Amino acid sequence: MALLPKQTYTKNEATIWSIPNYWDVIAVVLVFTFIVLAAWGAKQMGAPYRLGDIIPISLNPIYLPTYALRTTMRLFIALFFSLLFTFTFGTLAAKNKHAERLIIPIIDILQSIPILSFLSITVTGFIVIFKNSMLGPECAAIFAIFTSQAWNMTLSFYLSVKTVPSDLKEAATVFRLSAWQRFWKLEVPFSMHSLIWNMMMSMSGSWFFVIASEAFTVSNQNITLPGIGSYIALAIAQADSKAIIYAIFCMLVVIVLYDQLLFRPLIYWTEKFRESQDDDDEKAPRAWLVSLFQRTKILRSTTSLFSKLADIWINLQPINTKPKTAIKKKLSPLLIKINYFVLLLALASASIFIWRFVFANVPFAESRHVVMLGIYTGIRVMSLIFVSSLIWVPIGVWIGLRPNIAATIQPIVQFIAAFPANLLFPIVAMLIVTLKLNVEIWVAPLMVLGTQWYILFNVITGASAIPRELKLAAANFKVTGFLWWRRFILPGIAPCFITGAITAAGGAWNASIIAEIITWGPIRLQATGIGAYIQTNFTAGDFPRVALGTMIMCLIVLLINRFFWRPLYNIAMERFGLD
Amino acid sequence: MSDKIPIIKIQNIKKSFRQNDHQDLLVLDDVNLELYEEEIVALLGKSGSGKSTLLRIIAGLIKPSAGEVIYRGEKVTAPAAGLAMVFQSFALMPWLTVLQNVELGLEALGVPKVERRTRSLKAIDVVGLDGFESAYPKELSGGMRQRVGFARALVVNPDVLLMDEPFSALDVLTADNLRSDLLDLWQSKKTNIKNVLLVTHNISEAAALADRIIIFGANPGNVRTELVVDIPHPRNDQNPKFRLLIDNIYTLMTTSAADVGTTYRYKTLTLGYRLPNVQISEITGLLDMLIEPAYRDKKIDLPVLADELHLNIDDLFPITEALEILRFAQVSKGDIELNVAGKAFGDADILERKKIFANHLLSYIPLAYYIRHVLDERPEHRAAEERFLNELEDYLSEDAAKDVLRVVIEWGRYAEIFAYDYNTGQLSLENPK
Repeated sequence: MALLPKQTYTKNEATIWSIPNYWDVIAVVLVFTFIVLAAWGAKQMGAPYRLGDIIPISLNPIYLPTYALRTTMRLFIALFFSLLFTFTFGTLAAKNKHAERLIIPIIDILQSIPILSFLSITVTGFIVIFKNSMLGPECAAIFAIFTSQAWNMTLSFYLSVKTVPSDLKEAATVFRLSAWQRFWKLEVPFSMHSLIWNMMMSMSGSWFFVIASEAFTVSNQNITLPGIGSYIALAIAQADSKAIIYAIFCMLVVIVLYDQLLFRPLIYWTEKFRESQDDDDEKAPRAWLVSLFQRTKILRSTTSLFSKLADIWINLQPINTKPKTAIKKKLSPLLIKINYFVLLLALASASIFIWRFVFANVPFAESRHVVMLGIYTGIRVMSLIFVSSLIWVPIGVWIGLRPNIAATIQPIVQFIAAFPANLLFPIVAMLIVTLKLNVEIWVAPLMVLGTQWYILFNVITGASAIPRELKLAAANFKVTGFLWWRRFILPGIAPCFITGAITAAGGAWNASIIAEIITWGPIRLQATGIGAYIQTNFTAGDFPRVALGTMIMCLIVLLINRFFWRPLYNIAMERFGLD
Repeated sequence: MSDKIPIIKIQNIKKSFRQNDHQDLLVLDDVNLELYEEEIVALLGKSGSGKSTLLRIIAGLIKPSAGEVIYRGEKVTAPAAGLAMVFQSFALMPWLTVLQNVELGLEALGVPKVERRTRSLKAIDVVGLDGFESAYPKELSGGMRQRVGFARALVVNPDVLLMDEPFSALDVLTADNLRSDLLDLWQSKKTNIKNVLLVTHNISEAAALADRIIIFGANPGNVRTELVVDIPHPRNDQNPKFRLLIDNIYTLMTTSAADVGTTYRYKTLTLGYRLPNVQISEITGLLDMLIEPAYRDKKIDLPVLADELHLNIDDLFPITEALEILRFAQVSKGDIELNVAGKAFGDADILERKKIFANHLLSYIPLAYYIRHVLDERPEHRAAEERFLNELEDYLSEDAAKDVLRVVIEWGRYAEIFAYDYNTGQLSLENPK
């Protein structure tokens, strides 16, 4: 029986990609060209925007349900597009070698680009497209949310499709399924489990950016879209702590609702056919919605209607044309060479364009300064990962070695991870001001507030995966104290811990844009770092500087990933992998 | 049989896999075969002999490097409508129920929903899985899963059934049960199936089912010889004729065409010889058994030995091959007999055994000698494993080269002719500190 991909609580990284890889360079240039083009466009359109009627936001909690609905709509519209993107590009990358070489590094790089940069450089474009209407900022917000969701979903799907067992692929071919049928009958169901986990992660992650993308200032003009995010932004601006509490409560309700109504049933469905890897100690998740559907007559007929529709969808005749031969033709080598040559030419001109755009507007010396800012932020990220590891590794190990406690705590941790940490920023701001703390140091914890859970969660997973016999053997030989940590636990959890740390670090970088400048009513605290640099210039509408900051941050993250995290991960997998 | 028209004609099939820029690995060499109506044909060979590759070429899953497969007058370039396949690993979609799995092939054919359902239910009925229509594969035992695999193949109404080791993932009793059900189905003529091509490495399975047995040789895969079986079904494995057949097959499989009738000669190995994937404990285990008084000074029938050890040939052959290439035993005509060195090894204590083993390893396995030689020559007495891996890849596929190197490292470590450090991937002459 096919082994389905193991579920892990991390965003998928393109860890299979080897280093160094010249395709990375191509991807970097391509992505940067996109950024600069968008920024250039934004600069050209720098005229004051004429928006439609701006709906005033009210802090009255009566409006909260409406706001929540609108925010959730945005999240799900973005999720829909993320899925579309995932199915298109994930499949393309998994099936076409040439596409794979380009798509995967691009997504890897897009992952390291701060989400707010996407917002800042695309918003003007959207506003121009939808003149005199709020649809422009609306689309920009949805696009920003999309960028916080799509990449890890696509990578997860790509990795799954790549690992579909060959016997299943052969069966699909022998029984002559069309590409369309194969997609829905084989590739999608096979990838479902890890895709759903990644969708849940994406949804959690995007809450963090919803707040930032619904209410923002670009070119010194305030744009607010009705939604929880704007509500919170207004509450922060007016330092209204009661409103913040209402918002928190409302969000909890929304998160619980879509978790119970959408994700639990989906997970329940995938667990139904999954061969349990840990035998019987893993309880099947409950999904009351599914039981409801199974027990209620009317709802049952809806289910059968759905399966009928699915049947029609999958077996649509026009799409199901059969290829004449199963064996693919190869492209002629000359054509490939020409393609590469054109690509190279495009790359060269793109690089020149980027260079000229950025440095025509920004003195070259400033880039050194931005790199320094990047290093400051980098130091913050790394030390925070270190500190939160010191805190969470012992706790995670303690929990992970006790299966009963782990079973209770895991869902709670998942839930907390979904909670947007920026809601806690005001509290920190007040603390810093009242206790007169150093801003440079004390804004830092905000960056990991939302992402530290990945460390905890992965350490729990790692510790609970250590075989019982090993624990008994360690106890039997009286391995205790420091030796117990050094020779038994740390090697045992190493691969999981590093996966968690990579994810946490990635998230922290992304959060730095929001976390390095915090406000609460009249209080405004700013730390020195690349995140603050990008945000300040975004607010001021200085697009070349936003582009410069984004690119430098992206490069630093890429370098750290390639030359620190990934080698570390590979070593841990090879030396300490439990398989 | 030559007066009949074959359903499938396999002509001069060659297949090589690209392994690096300069080199191709030949897996199938000039295979010719014809399949006729009303026969079960078994394709019998050791694992790695390319028989599964041949089956996949016939099924249209893999393109041959040369030659062609003709199915009912048409060249096979993609999976053809009349061919259905049963897989070793069952290859059921875990997310589909039994019924949905069986319907899969019909959906691909565009059969309307109602007809699809009735045909599938009938097929499930035929394989005896009534009542399990809504079960997921994970709820079923291995035998039942393979029944779903049969039903899925039968429902598309094929006239050739291709089976890739369909019983080898099952336990003995279940496999027996499923085999006899397959025979019943075949003899009842309830289906449209005209020919069954069964790929297997199990000698008694081939002998029990097939009307014709094609014995497949390895490196590169080729049809070595062919046996027609005219024992009526059901075949009783105590029947002398049946036992003779099995003996015959063993002999054919252990003797290559070249050395029939000559006196016994040990093989001389080359550097790139594909060492059998055998652990030291298996070598010493078999030697320990063969020096027992009951076996000591005689030729032992391999079928008897396999029975005694409850091993398939696929598991036994590599071990006997290891004894043979290390020159502890002679293997020929389906028999094995210990030689003087083998007996001495069996009688020795642990340290003495290691010495004898080291001696044989260096003398008869060129790869082991070569590694030791390189380590001796180098001033620091160490070398990276990649060095030898690259060398082996001139002769073997990447995976095979890795396997061979792993085997020789294990043997060499046991013999203490060199040491190996997993973390650095270094071979050396020193003992770990």
